[in-house]
Amino acid sequence: MNILVFVKRVPDSESKIEIDHDNNQIDMEGLNFLMNPYDEYAVEEALQIKESKGGTVHVISVGSEESVTILKKALAMGADEALLVKDDKHETYDGLRAAKIIAEVVKNKYSDYSLVLFGKQSIDTDNSQVPSMVAGLLDLPQVNVVTELDIGDGSGTAGREIEGAVEKVEFSLPAVISAQKGLNEPRYETLKGIMAAKRKQVPVISLQELGIEESDLESKLELVNLSPPPTKEAGKKIEEEPEEAAKQLVKFLHEEAKII
Amino acid sequence: MILTYMEIREDKIKKASLEALSEAKRRADDLNEDSVAVFLGKKIDNLAQEAFQYGASKVYLIENPLLEKYSSSLYTLALSEFIGEIKPKAVFFSATAMGKDLAPRVAAKLDVGVATDCTETRTENSGLEVERPIFAGKALAAFQFKSEPQIASLRPNVFPLLEPLSEEGEVVKKEVELSEDQAKEQVVEIKREEGDELDVTEAEVVISGGRGMKGPENFGLLKDIIALFSNAALGSSRSAVDAGWVDHQHQVGQTGKTVSPNLYIAVGISGAIQHLAGMSSSKFIVAINKDPEAAIFKVADFGVVGDLFKVIPPLKKELEKFKE
Ligand SMILES: Cc1cc2nc3c(=O)[nH]c(=O)nc-3n(C[C@H](O)[C@H](O)[C@H](O)COP(=O)(O)OP(=O)(O)OC[C@H]3O[C@@H](n4cnc5c(N)ncnc54)[C@H](O)[C@@H]3O)c2cc1C
Ligand SMILES: Nc1ncnc2c1ncn2[C@@H]1O[C@H](COP(=O)(O)O)[C@@H](O)[C@H]1O
Repeated sequence: MNILVFVKRVPDSESKIEIDHDNNQIDMEGLNFLMNPYDEYAVEEALQIKESKGGTVHVISVGSEESVTILKKALAMGADEALLVKDDKHETYDGLRAAKIIAEVVKNKYSDYSLVLFGKQSIDTDNSQVPSMVAGLLDLPQVNVVTELDIGDGSGTAGREIEGAVEKVEFSLPAVISAQKGLNEPRYETLKGIMAAKRKQVPVISLQELGIEESDLESKLELVNLSPPPTKEAGKKIEEEPEEAAKQLVKFLHEEAKII
Repeated sequence: MILTYMEIREDKIKKASLEALSEAKRRADDLNEDSVAVFLGKKIDNLAQEAFQYGASKVYLIENPLLEKYSSSLYTLALSEFIGEIKPKAVFFSATAMGKDLAPRVAAKLDVGVATDCTETRTENSGLEVERPIFAGKALAAFQFKSEPQIASLRPNVFPLLEPLSEEGEVVKKEVELSEDQAKEQVVEIKREEGDELDVTEAEVVISGGRGMKGPENFGLLKDIIALFSNAALGSSRSAVDAGWVDHQHQVGQTGKTVSPNLYIAVGISGAIQHLAGMSSSKFIVAINKDPEAAIFKVADFGVVGDLFKVIPPLKKELEKFKE
């Protein structure tokens, strides 16, 4: 069973985010980058399926040269092959761009695959768009925010989180799945894996080589402004005896929050 | 025309869809456009009435036995065909599990952009401008659209409901040709959480416990408080989930759920940035923490510095007293 996993390089979630107002973008200078955390669940799931059913795990990223590091991480975890699709365009926030590139890569480079795995969301743009868009463009089944996955012959079942419940979805293969925390526990790279990944070459392909023109990717969303989140006025903070604290809190809930 | 996709769960309209419809009406009024609603399902004509109350001037019903259960591909097919026909200026979804699954696929089919999980909409240059948190809420990004329809999904619990209107409108039934093999995936079962608890994303009050709760046995303290509010649900930090004290369904934050209740009470939670990502758009935030320096106090409207095991019991008593 061949599995494609799409991984994205994003700033660490601990990063302090500064706005570069002159260029209307987030200042990425000096930030620490890593593999989008949800994509780790996708890589892990692919490896587990491969271990039980055999096959090959391909990891693919669309981004700058620097994305090689996260591809190497996936190789060190145990993925077989990596591919970097070179796209230096600064983050556009329009998921359709990445989705179109990814759909082209899948069509052009891989003829035989059963699963296309994603993370449920990039933690930089917080988009949650690419998996559904790719599924739409390739006309494949999709299940998003998956916490349980069971792959059979030619079909599968997934559990996905919805409000107050888990929705069980049946689908045929090949299918698009996006991973949510809870699906598995991503493994750490082993020293042996890291050494082996170091030696592996990561092939790079350009948009041109994929036959994609910049005009096919025109952004449909225009970022008009970036602003810091509204600063909250410092609230009240009390250090009282528990009984008194409870009284004041209830008073706040009644008089100010008007919840009770 | 602004079209709102109306989500049905258990034969009822999702509240988040009524919120989106209310917002659509406000923007439609600004733009001098109509606000219309669309429902997909098997037999749904009983639901139209409620949509009129929230500002729809026309309700479209796309009825087909194959639409009884949600299927991403089938719903996309039906919806994108319908949108292509009526050509709305904008389409609103609510950013629920279903809306987040469906809106991008519909956008891709129509080759247009979509803004997910918006927390504000306004009009600018006779089009929409939407604002949404990025980087886990560490920045807000405002977008305009360069294609139509302009598609946005709206975060639940953020947009106020309209006062129900007593207006009536036109119901239009639409046929759609679908075949079973076009359903590439199909919901086969919905497993409700035990005890039929309210979900954190739908609650008006969320009371969350973190590592400070010390163990699973102490979450009963929070459940006692939850019982004193109507529409309250239990939330938690990731640490409490990872420790196995509460189920992942309850986790609030970047790898959990995003909530914006009227009241969020964080108990024994330090306020890590990944936790704040999931709750900082709550209307009122209360924190109970023994560490006066805890980051959660920076976002709290009301903070109690103290030992939660000493504060919660009298809080319960005071709330009970208040109720009487
Ligand atoms: C990629 C990534 C994603 C993440 N996603 C999430 C997420 O979705 N949600 C999330 O919550 N976290 C998430 N985290 C984890 C996050 O960084 C924190 O580790 C976590 O939120 C801490 O949980 P906590 O506040 O319960 O625990 P702690 O940080 O240990 O805080 C416990 C608090 O309890 C207080 N306390 C202890 N005893 C008492 C007492 N008796 N009375 C009162 N107060 C007491 C302490 O003063 C302390 O402030 C993520 C981390 C990463 C790296
Ligand atoms: N540039 C990219 N390269 C590879 N995968 C991506 C890229 N952008 C998004 N993805 C995948 O799509 C998922 C959801 O992303 P998003 O729609 O941006 O929130 C991510 O978790 C990745 O698996």
